[in-house]
Amino acid sequence: MLDLMSGFVAELRNAGLPVSLTENLDAMEAIKQIPLEDREAFKWALGATLVKNGAHWRAFETVFEVYFSLRGPEYALKDDEDAGDFWREMQEQLRQGEGKGGAGAMDSLTQEELMNLLMRALMDGDQAMMRALAKQAVQRFAGMEPGRPVGGTYYLYRTLRNLDLDNMMGKIEQAKSDDGQPPITDLERRLENDEMQHRIEQFKQEIEAEIRRRLVADRGAEAMAKTLRKPLPEDVEFMHASRDEMQSLKKALYPLTRKLAARLARKRRHGRKGPLDFRNTVRHSLNYGGVPAEPKFKYPRPAKPELMVVADISGSVAAFARFTLMLVYAIQGQFSKVRSFVFIDGLDEVTEYFKATEDITEAIHRVNTEADVVWVDGHSDYGHAFEVFWERYGKDVGPKTTVLLLGDARNNYHAAQSWVVREMKHRARHVYWLNPEPRSYWNTGDSIVGEYGSHTDGVYECRNLRQLEAFVEKLA
Amino acid sequence: MGNRFDSVQAVRDGLKKVNYLADDGIASVAFLADRLGKPVLVEGPAGTGKTQLAKSIADLTGARLIRLQCYEGLDESKALYEWNYKKQLLRIQADKKSDTWSEVHDDIFSEEFLLTRPLLEAIRADDPVVLLIDEVDRVEVETEALLLEILSEYQVSIPELGTITARQIPLVFLTSNNTRELSEALKRRCLYLHVDYPDMDREKEIVLTKVDGITEHLADQIARIVRSIRQLDLKKAPSVSETLDWARTLMLLGIEHIDAEQAKETLHILLKYQTDIAKAAKELSSDK
Ligand SMILES: Nc1ncnc2c1ncn2[C@@H]1O[C@H](COP(=O)(O)OP(=O)(O)OP(=O)(O)O)[C@@H](O)[C@H]1O
Ligand SMILES: [Mg+2]
Repeated sequence: MLDLMSGFVAELRNAGLPVSLTENLDAMEAIKQIPLEDREAFKWALGATLVKNGAHWRAFETVFEVYFSLRGPEYALKDDEDAGDFWREMQEQLRQGEGKGGAGAMDSLTQEELMNLLMRALMDGDQAMMRALAKQAVQRFAGMEPGRPVGGTYYLYRTLRNLDLDNMMGKIEQAKSDDGQPPITDLERRLENDEMQHRIEQFKQEIEAEIRRRLVADRGAEAMAKTLRKPLPEDVEFMHASRDEMQSLKKALYPLTRKLAARLARKRRHGRKGPLDFRNTVRHSLNYGGVPAEPKFKYPRPAKPELMVVADISGSVAAFARFTLMLVYAIQGQFSKVRSFVFIDGLDEVTEYFKATEDITEAIHRVNTEADVVWVDGHSDYGHAFEVFWERYGKDVGPKTTVLLLGDARNNYHAAQSWVVREMKHRARHVYWLNPEPRSYWNTGDSIVGEYGSHTDGVYECRNLRQLEAFVEKLA
Repeated sequence: MGNRFDSVQAVRDGLKKVNYLADDGIASVAFLADRLGKPVLVEGPAGTGKTQLAKSIADLTGARLIRLQCYEGLDESKALYEWNYKKQLLRIQADKKSDTWSEVHDDIFSEEFLLTRPLLEAIRADDPVVLLIDEVDRVEVETEALLLEILSEYQVSIPELGTITARQIPLVFLTSNNTRELSEALKRRCLYLHVDYPDMDREKEIVLTKVDGITEHLADQIARIVRSIRQLDLKKAPSVSETLDWARTLMLLGIEHIDAEQAKETLHILLKYQTDIAKAAKELSSDK
């Protein structure tokens, strides 16, 4: 058990969770209070002591699954067991599962029979059947072979492709009306669909768990945990985020903006203690018989900056531009004014989109679909875009303006026109460049961030939310 | 340490008796808080039953609830104790001639002039108490340090009176809406509990328990619709309190079965932003 626990904690740390020594000890203390066969309580005992950030919960669950829950509640954790026992037990369990019992009984079914069984299980919400079917589906379709160095996603893909779950909804609806119980109203149908979607999602998770269970049995928890390791949301790279990661980024963004706004508001109020407010102090001293017992200070309110965001929204940097715009608009109260411009090789102002609606997602959608950013061929041309910007809006850049230039500065070998940035710097309060590329890529190939950057107040690497947040906080 | 509960299940059953529907996480962490004598930091979106949890635990254990409501600017004198210096001044004025200074000093720094605030009150309590430090993310970092000291030692030192040590380790709940990252030190000291929106079945149970006279059918419909709405990309998803408000409204309107029209007309109870309402209304009338 100790062995298992230290492996588990080491893997949490590898996944980026900051587990301190005291927390580790607390966890050991906590699990003593919980009967080990209560796997749920066991999980919470570990979670409550080792994970102190809601955004890290997903990562914790993955590691927990690999280390503790994949073998199912029928196997009790023993105090004196080590990782080797753990393995042997798992492999034993798998061998037994094959051939006979639960999943085995389905081996002789045709694919069509299997699909019908699945449809019924989904319609009835029969959890036990869904679990058995997930096992069977993996065994039948995933084509897993011991020792093959393939990731879980590959097996998942193969299994899902054979199950054709996308058409399951339609089939279920058909079956319902064949059964003579079609939903009556649109609302009911909608809710019914959501319920089925939910069950299909559960079923997919069963399949994933089954695949992982087998992989763990094949490769060991440590190796498995390593392949499942994913960056925490705040560390996901904008430029390489998968669809799932985008989703988790988006989720992380809102609480982050709220935090940021609260922090900035506080900073504004308490930033600097001003000079003594004499009149106020005297007024309060009346409460203490004329003794100035409670000195009062003036709080200076620093002027809010006026922001102009100029963002490259071409392919690889689009996600970065999107998140930066979202972040900036989510805390726009911190600026006296925000204007935004997007470009590829042509440039367009999109401030109006954000004014027209409270819904930032909607505005972003319009940026992606309506903004007029293509001039010649739709490949980034910073030089031309900057020229257009200067010609049309240069006059609006003044001593209160902070300009943010966003992009990887990959200029496709067009003319740089870096004089525009130099002019900006002359007129504006500050000019900053935010680059979503790793610093080591800067100024390689057609990247000319150094040339532009030399005219700014600084170039910042913003590969992930963590870096972006840090920059924005400094800015406001 | 504590022995207020026999098992995780006992916590869950007990909470249910006082009308609080806990899931595995809530019940397990409350159980551990007692056994390990550690405070619980409860984090999660607004209106998911964080504050209510502390109240319900107090209810269940027959303890007195002591609540420290946090706000920006909360300091030691409001959280811990303060000398009543108006009274002290009066005392000094009254005895200007007769007493020596040291007599006066001993006198004005005695119990009589001490104003006890929630933290001190919880430490000094003889009877069982539950301490709720609500919305701790609103205080400044310095105040957080003060809390930290008390939560690690369960004692307070008052220079003029000496150290006051807790006679019992109270159950302590801190809640946070996560508007600020709390210090690592505070988090390390606490058990962490993230409460999220309840799943559909639990939300239905909550509605059934909290809304008098509601039918199973209506509660079920409500929980389903709320689940579907929470899946949309909203500025602010409906909280449990909003679900409950909505259920009560529907009851008042005498609705037994919700149709799309009625849902749309009452969406403003569930959602606060116009854009969210529009989005949900559109979704509810389409079958996707
Ligand atoms: N699990 C639950 N069982 C019973 N009632 C609940 C539950 N969760 C929430 N509620 C009810 O929802 C309402 C909101 O709960 P509460 O005020 O505790 O939320 P909160 O998380 O503290 O919100 P905030 O962050 O806004 O302070 C209360 O009326 C509470 O009784
Ligand atoms: Mg609350």
